[in-house]
Amino acid sequence: MYSQGLIGAKTETEEDEAFLARFQARIDAEEKIEPNDPMPEGYRRTLVRQIGQHAHSEIVGMLPEGNWITRAPSLKRKAALLAKVQDEGGHGLYLYCAAETLGVSREEMTEELLSGKAKYSSIFNYPTLTWADIGAIGWLVDGAAIMNQIPLCRCSYGPYARAMIRVCKEESFHQRQGYEIMMTLAGGTPEQKELAQDALNRWWWPSLMMFGPHDSASQHGDQSMKWKIKRFTNDELRQKFVDATVPQGEYLGLTFPDPDLKWNEDKQGYDFGAIDWDEFWRVVKGGGSMNRERIAVRRKAWEDGAWVREAALAHADKRRARREASKMAAE
Amino acid sequence: MTARAKIDQTALVTILLRLADDHLILGHRLSEWCGHAPMLEEDLAMPNMALDLIGQARSLYQYAAEAEGEGRTEDDLAYLRREREYLNCLMVERENGDFAHTMLRQFYFAAFMQAFWDGALESADETVAAIAGKAVKEVAYHLRHAGEWVVRLGDGTEESRRRMEQAVDALAPYVDELFEADAVSDAVAEAGIAPDPASLRKSFERTVGAVFAEAGLETQAVPYGQTGGRRGLHGEAMGYLLTELQYMQRTYPGAVW
Repeated sequence: MYSQGLIGAKTETEEDEAFLARFQARIDAEEKIEPNDPMPEGYRRTLVRQIGQHAHSEIVGMLPEGNWITRAPSLKRKAALLAKVQDEGGHGLYLYCAAETLGVSREEMTEELLSGKAKYSSIFNYPTLTWADIGAIGWLVDGAAIMNQIPLCRCSYGPYARAMIRVCKEESFHQRQGYEIMMTLAGGTPEQKELAQDALNRWWWPSLMMFGPHDSASQHGDQSMKWKIKRFTNDELRQKFVDATVPQGEYLGLTFPDPDLKWNEDKQGYDFGAIDWDEFWRVVKGGGSMNRERIAVRRKAWEDGAWVREAALAHADKRRARREASKMAAE
Repeated sequence: MTARAKIDQTALVTILLRLADDHLILGHRLSEWCGHAPMLEEDLAMPNMALDLIGQARSLYQYAAEAEGEGRTEDDLAYLRREREYLNCLMVERENGDFAHTMLRQFYFAAFMQAFWDGALESADETVAAIAGKAVKEVAYHLRHAGEWVVRLGDGTEESRRRMEQAVDALAPYVDELFEADAVSDAVAEAGIAPDPASLRKSFERTVGAVFAEAGLETQAVPYGQTGGRRGLHGEAMGYLLTELQYMQRTYPGAVW
């Protein structure tokens, strides 16, 4: 689950015009760019950054949901949540593999995440306070991610596009599962309905922020669109999400925490209130309630696991040496 | 109507609960690793195994609820008993410790359960045989996965070896309880429903012996094994585990999730 306008990628390139024109012609012809194809350095860098952010988001995203596995309210929900969190780890793995095709190793990307250099989706810097948050994340956060990721299945970079096809299938399953949790809560006891409403209140605005800054404030949208890494602008995707999600919330009998939200007959879409961009930038820059903790937890897992990784390498080396020694003895 | 061997229902329900609790509690412990594993592959493998264990627990609780015939559900059994009513063995409730301790515990449990499910494939009770048929494939993967880690860590570096030896030492008092027999397990074995745990020791020792030989580890005999889980006597960590597990069901009594 991930979606956010790319933060801080440099897209300028230094290749000559003929090279760039040839590359652009391939993009315009809807050809897929594959790992060994010539590509502008800016294209490569943008993709490494974007796929890396996406992979990191999947990995960090395991934490807020993992927070409820041991407290899931029924065995059925526990099993579904375990499967979901495992899927997210799987998405992280194929995305790291897709990024590796661009010449950056998983270790390097991990180091960048742990040092705070690489970003991940800011939504995971919000805490999961109640069980209903698991429903809201599936419904809203995965729903927003799908809006962003469906067009990525047609991304010009082949390995990323192909990874996205599988990811999208699983995400849409997660989204339905999340909505089903919300439906159970909204149709349950008054206390359960209150949990659902409270979760919607807390997750609605951060979900809208997942699409990134307004088009007018987005620095690299144009180049990414031209290279067909992105197919829609942040605001277009955000509007699609609002239009798809509001009727779903109304069906649940819940209210959205936005007094300005209303149907606009002329544009055949919903108008909605102003997003608090100060909050967005505060959380992106490390000021969310969970930023420090999420990274600290990942760093601890990485550091505490160092001896395990070293042992696995040492064992593999020893085994190879033993095999070679026995081969030599036999000769 | 599926075939059910003739047996005292209390004994059948008790044996099913013992098994179900083993799987639920170990699945709970394993799932605590989610997002905290030493590498991404293990962040996938551990929840995957936990998911198998929870799935097996569900089948067992569902059958226990049916056999009991008092209208309780799988969730009533999993979430709404008191600590003294949980019948899991002590090994599975132990806190995770480090990765060596977690993997060795998983290996021991899988080595025991592989022999158990193998024996239960021929159960006179069709439901138990069906559960065994599914579980035997899953446990084969757990055994291979955990066994490979026991070898890697035992053979790897000085530190990993030391940690694995510490895990062998820490878990040694909890191995014997797996094979403990009593009137309940005797009755179930006699009716041909499930193997007598005591009879599985040889198979377990063969499995452990082969892996330990490759890992360069030695098993440890302990003069005093710990016991009590099968009668609902648990360690101090169990209450905290249940507090977390039962939190939602206790906070919102009667709600459907």
